[in-house]
Amino acid sequence: MDLAFILIQLLNGLQYGLLLFLVASGLTLVFGIMGIINLAHGSFYMVGAYLAWSLASLTGNLATAILLAIPLTVILGMGLERLLFRQLYTRDHLYQVLLTYGLILVFEELRSIIWGDDVHGVAVPALLSASIPLTENLSYPVYRLAISGVCLLLALALYLLIQKTRLGMMIRAGASNRDMVQSLGIDIKLIYTLVFALGVALAAFAGMINAPLSSVTPGMGSHVLIICFVVVVIGGIGSVKGAMAASLMIGLAETFGQVLVPEVAGMIVYVLMAIILVWRPEGLFGRK
Amino acid sequence: MNTGTLSRCLPWVVVGLFALFPMLESTFYTQLVTKVLIMAIFAMSLDLLVGYTGLVSFGHAAYFGLAGYALALMGPKYEAASLWWTLPGAIGLCVAFALVTGLLVLRTRGIYFIMVTLAFAQMLYFVFHDTKLGGGSDGIYIYAKPTMNLGETVLVNLEKLDQFYWLVLFFTAACYFLLRRILGSSFGRALMGIKVNEHRMRALGFPVFRYQLASFALAGGLGGLAGYLAAVQFGFVNPEILSWHQSGAVLMMVILGGMGTLHGAVIGAFAFVLLQEVLSNQAWFGIAAKHWQLAMGILIMLVALYLPQGLAGLLAKLQRKPPAEAEEGADV
Repeated sequence: MDLAFILIQLLNGLQYGLLLFLVASGLTLVFGIMGIINLAHGSFYMVGAYLAWSLASLTGNLATAILLAIPLTVILGMGLERLLFRQLYTRDHLYQVLLTYGLILVFEELRSIIWGDDVHGVAVPALLSASIPLTENLSYPVYRLAISGVCLLLALALYLLIQKTRLGMMIRAGASNRDMVQSLGIDIKLIYTLVFALGVALAAFAGMINAPLSSVTPGMGSHVLIICFVVVVIGGIGSVKGAMAASLMIGLAETFGQVLVPEVAGMIVYVLMAIILVWRPEGLFGRK
Repeated sequence: MNTGTLSRCLPWVVVGLFALFPMLESTFYTQLVTKVLIMAIFAMSLDLLVGYTGLVSFGHAAYFGLAGYALALMGPKYEAASLWWTLPGAIGLCVAFALVTGLLVLRTRGIYFIMVTLAFAQMLYFVFHDTKLGGGSDGIYIYAKPTMNLGETVLVNLEKLDQFYWLVLFFTAACYFLLRRILGSSFGRALMGIKVNEHRMRALGFPVFRYQLASFALAGGLGGLAGYLAAVQFGFVNPEILSWHQSGAVLMMVILGGMGTLHGAVIGAFAFVLLQEVLSNQAWFGIAAKHWQLAMGILIMLVALYLPQGLAGLLAKLQRKPPAEAEEGADV
């Protein structure tokens, strides 16, 4: 194993981790701020990928497809929050699990009715289809680097939004005391709707930009969902910082696991989770 | 007849009626009800955790699948294994797995507990899905059903549908009465106390963690019993039996029936499996039957929103309405 090979795996791991972060950050925000466990979060990732595929084949351009799809996912998120999730804030987690489990079935079947059960591929945009040669026979695709860059920018934007803006202040305040925020005259319901829609859009966006790299398949949502649960558990519920650390950890662990010990690669992340739970049951950055 | 005698006699009457069933009905329905009864064991085992101990596990399929794989892997490949040691072996394995994972997952609460139980079940899923151990994603066939012989005589022939049905009915009834007994004991009362207020129980000097672990292991063992029987019935195992869809389905049965009432879990198993059969019936729903999960999903959402106490809760409410003679929590 030479240096170029390790470099490629390292970049792949980081790129995968950053993509996981986009999905997991929405999940952890919805957990942390609204106290909702959302099993259907993986479905948003799937919806994003299918939207990107179908709109890209309509318009012939992935970038246009993404620009068209993002508003749709925001609307989807706001609608779901208003119609369904709003009813569950005060209910036991059990019912949230049940409702969102039902929602997965609905999404899966609607996907099957609208888009069918076939596996699809999306072409890498021409502008980013080049590869950077590393050695004689190893090279690295520009598109992967571009994804990593976009994910990093979004992560930075998310950090700034939550830590530095007035809206972020309200979000953080809403997470610690909903009633107090409301009695201070802030429309907490609107904030919840926005946070939920943001989470949906982030997950769907991750599905869109990842569509050219991994094919668009029916089961893609559930795999990502479970991995993101592990990310949230390791990082600590509600911690965006924790989600970032855990995503990168899992991304690297899984990528290198698949190269070095392919037989047990699927288990590595769960073993990692078990170890961290023994050490810190509330996650790396979780509050006790 | 007062309510006490009724609640004592009714289960026996129901078991008796069920015992007659294979004599009256076709093999299709006997097989269907066998499946329902197996799911009832599975649902009751989860109800012990969710409804009585207050631990919402979303990874209960792990035990169901583990026991199935245990049967498939423990026996010789083409000959029948003996039930006398494969069943205790499978259940023992599940209890052991529950004890080990329980030590970890019981350190967490709430949302964490849900996710961590799910993650451990997924871990098992990937063990069987990715490695050659259990035939990968295709699974393995169980060519011969286990034998139940006493010396030379065949005690129960599991190849015969009606005999297998009665065996499953026996286990379902045994599971019901065992859990009823346990929940009526001081141990069961303590579990319910932990569900309501863990801190108070700890302050009263109860070893909360050990009680929860015992409940977790018992639920795992009974879940394993259901998984073992299911593997015998279907004759094959594949990773899907321990997927999270399975965990979600059994959770749905518990809540649909009404959690915290053992008979509710049985009712829920019936309602769920029959609903599945009806919705996917092509003769009735034609093209829509192909997408039966859509209707199922909507139904699950409606239950979560509007029927939090499940069917058992609905029954109790209907019963209670006219004379307003409320008997709170006395149905255990």
